[in-house]
Amino acid sequence: MRNKANRKNWLIIFLCVVIAVLGIISYPDLPSLLNWQSSFLSRCFFILMICFLMCLIRIMAGPTAGDRAVAMDTLGILIVGFCAILSISTGRDWYLDIAIAWALQSFIGALALAKYLEGKGFDE
Amino acid sequence: MHEIIGKIFIIVGLGFDILGCIGLLRLPDVYNRLQATTKCVTLGTCSILSGTFILRGYSATGMKAILAVIFLVMTSPVAAHALARGSHKSGVRLWKGSVVDKYEEEKSNEIS
Repeated sequence: MRNKANRKNWLIIFLCVVIAVLGIISYPDLPSLLNWQSSFLSRCFFILMICFLMCLIRIMAGPTAGDRAVAMDTLGILIVGFCAILSISTGRDWYLDIAIAWALQSFIGALALAKYLEGKGFDE
Repeated sequence: MHEIIGKIFIIVGLGFDILGCIGLLRLPDVYNRLQATTKCVTLGTCSILSGTFILRGYSATGMKAILAVIFLVMTSPVAAHALARGSHKSGVRLWKGSVVDKYEEEKSNEIS
């Protein structure tokens, strides 16, 4: 039983890595990986989408509540980076305002989840 | 020149992000997963924001990126510590390969 679960876990990791490597390699001219306007930002979004997918898998399949809290914290920090890349690609600076506000919200949410996991009240 | 340096920072940050998320899926325990994600994802996101600052220079975007880096470096270890402490107090056992648990020894010493 444990062996089967272990194999399924490895299969998920392997699929994600294969999709990422195919997405990077299948681009026709690899030296234009550093080309700014055409495809670099779309590839950044692609890699961040794979990271979001991994966090969502851990939120769905986490055995305990602590795993889900850790995955939520990780998802919040990833969204900050996503907003940074979005502000580069669109050239508007208020996406970083959203990033700072999201970091604050993620921090407060993580503290509230930790206090909830301890099993005590919030007004301690 | 500074565009290439900024792109290299962003690529390194994305690599750290995806390594941290693979650690989140792969490692066996809450504490191991927390260790992997906190280090790798914090360093990765701070690297992406530093790349934004290098690309945009001393403009509004760059200064907000530096502000976000300072805020993340200040708050993310605190949140990780609180989550580890909360899940230890809620009764999550360590992985069977872990050999030392100082916090459990300290709690049992306080009780006895």
